[in-house]
Amino acid sequence: MARKISMRQALNEALDQEMSRDPAVIVMGEDIVGGMGGEGEKDAWGGVLGVTKGLYAKYGERLLDTPLSESAYIGAAIGAAACGMRPVAELMFIDFMGVCFDEIFNQAAKFKYMFGGKAETPVVIRCMVGAGFRAAAQHSQMLTPLFTHIPGLKVVCPSNAYDAKGLLIQSIRDNDPVIFCEHKNLYGLETDVPQESYTIPFAEANVARDGKDATIVTYGMMVHRAIEAATDLAKNGIDCEVIDLRTLSPIDMDTVLESVENTGRLVCVDEAHPRCSIASDVSAKVAQEAFGSLKAGIQMVTAPHTPVPFSPALEDLYIPTAAQIAAAVRRTVAH
Amino acid sequence: MSKNPFPLSKQDLLKAYRTMRLIREFEERVHNEFAKGDIPGFVHLYAGEEASAAGIMMHLNDRDRIASTHRGHGHCIAKGVDVRDMMSEIYGKADGSCRGKGGSMHIADLSKGMMGANGILGAGAPLACGAALAARYRGDGGVGISFVGDGASNQGMFLESLNLAAVWNLPAIFVVENNGYAESTSRNYAVAVDSYVDRAAGFGLPGVTVDGTDFFAVYEAAGEIIKRAREGGGPALLECKMIRFFGHFEGDQQTYRGKGEVEDIRSNRDCIKAFVAKVIETGVIQRAEIEGIDKEAVTLIDEAVAHAKAAPPPAAKDLMTDVYVAY
Repeated sequence: MARKISMRQALNEALDQEMSRDPAVIVMGEDIVGGMGGEGEKDAWGGVLGVTKGLYAKYGERLLDTPLSESAYIGAAIGAAACGMRPVAELMFIDFMGVCFDEIFNQAAKFKYMFGGKAETPVVIRCMVGAGFRAAAQHSQMLTPLFTHIPGLKVVCPSNAYDAKGLLIQSIRDNDPVIFCEHKNLYGLETDVPQESYTIPFAEANVARDGKDATIVTYGMMVHRAIEAATDLAKNGIDCEVIDLRTLSPIDMDTVLESVENTGRLVCVDEAHPRCSIASDVSAKVAQEAFGSLKAGIQMVTAPHTPVPFSPALEDLYIPTAAQIAAAVRRTVAH
Repeated sequence: MSKNPFPLSKQDLLKAYRTMRLIREFEERVHNEFAKGDIPGFVHLYAGEEASAAGIMMHLNDRDRIASTHRGHGHCIAKGVDVRDMMSEIYGKADGSCRGKGGSMHIADLSKGMMGANGILGAGAPLACGAALAARYRGDGGVGISFVGDGASNQGMFLESLNLAAVWNLPAIFVVENNGYAESTSRNYAVAVDSYVDRAAGFGLPGVTVDGTDFFAVYEAAGEIIKRAREGGGPALLECKMIRFFGHFEGDQQTYRGKGEVEDIRSNRDCIKAFVAKVIETGVIQRAEIEGIDKEAVTLIDEAVAHAKAAPPPAAKDLMTDVYVAY
């Protein structure tokens, strides 16, 4: 039965259902329980955004609060994964990957290949991504492209509660390391989510809006900006298709190519920086595979090549807007 | 028959000797073959350090996991990884331990509890914490052991792991194989404390320092620490003070060594010579038994090298397997 719940609740439900189904699933991270060792409430926080709230009461020691020590606990999650567990580690902010990047890209990502297929590393690393929280340069980045560059990692970034639940369950069951990116502006957004457990396969993009004049390809928070732009453009008779990639590695290029073959126009929208981004990656692939279908040059709408600024006046300029996306679509249809 | 004064049965003494001898033979042979130019990449040899691997691994079985270092051949052999598979791997062949995709620095066999040699110094420490955590959830009494050299003992991930293991009271053991050199840099230059026992204490862990060239000292100290960890007593640090016969990597001219240092340690601080002298002196093991094992080791390594040289390399299709290729 579906009911409207937030992405936060959907993620909590996914963790709950997987922990209930499989005793190998453990959850670790900083303050994922909260209040450990103190005299006050246990489960004081349930993670800084409350995603794990309530799980400690049900699963006890299968939730592990960690010291502020990302290298050690992310490495431990990866080591436990190589020894038969299915850890879900919460890294809080993707920006913190810098202090434990070796464990992710030299260890977890490499084991299967480097050991000749004789190791599996079924670990999920959940983290917050994205700007808009006035959280400044070290708590606001969209670093998805860094991880899609690394073979052996899978990268997921849902845009809504329904996808978040199905993709998190799929991630936990997957035998490869998954970087699960949760946009911090989407936690409170409610959508219809079935109560029962379900999975969404990787590399299956969602066509969030059908259209025939131009294709907008994006993921995460930008899906909502793209739909806003498409709604606006529709008033002027421009009919956009919006593709939500949902997973960035593996990526569903077939759906993108098929759409571009129909519309002949492509706008890639990415909250990441422009260089070596998901937007530039999709653009290159389309230019290579569907050049003959293109009626106009590919447009990219991305954050600028700057750190994320603090001042609301600047951060609002930093994040791509629906107006910028609409303008990019208009540039393609002008041809 | 002489009375056995050692804490190991005669059978286990022979097993320990076989392990050390096999490591030595393996490493001396890789040294020679590398010099001929037949082995791709680079290798880091464990010769001279055998007592540490053997003394610790004698206490372990397949449910116990170890995370090794770039100097991992000795750990692999002592943990039971097949020497023929290892040699094939070092030669980059299709039937190697990792099907030729890992090489010397990444030999692994998870079925033996060997979580991999590691090209990143200190990276094994958090992995061993994870292995220890998994063992605790399984409740099988297993332990996770990480090895680092004195160099990697300065890495943040190693130091963080000491704290994490202590906080979670994990059955994790941190072995510092202190051979005096981080690549070419002396331990005396790069490690600010004199004793690793002090460093362990700073993280709330018990620490023990032993002469890592003395198999029996390592065996005894490791035995106590491992038993304690299995019984829920928590993590510990073991420092083995040892020496390496070869350079940091093969090809290292070792001009940073003192004059006559290598000759001296080979003559006077060889852990295998010391072991043999002790077991023969007491009459528990006969010279002929030692020589029998020596011959056996030579034969095994001869066969491993011959096999590795003749084995086919991986096929072109193997480039794209064992990883999700999405693009």
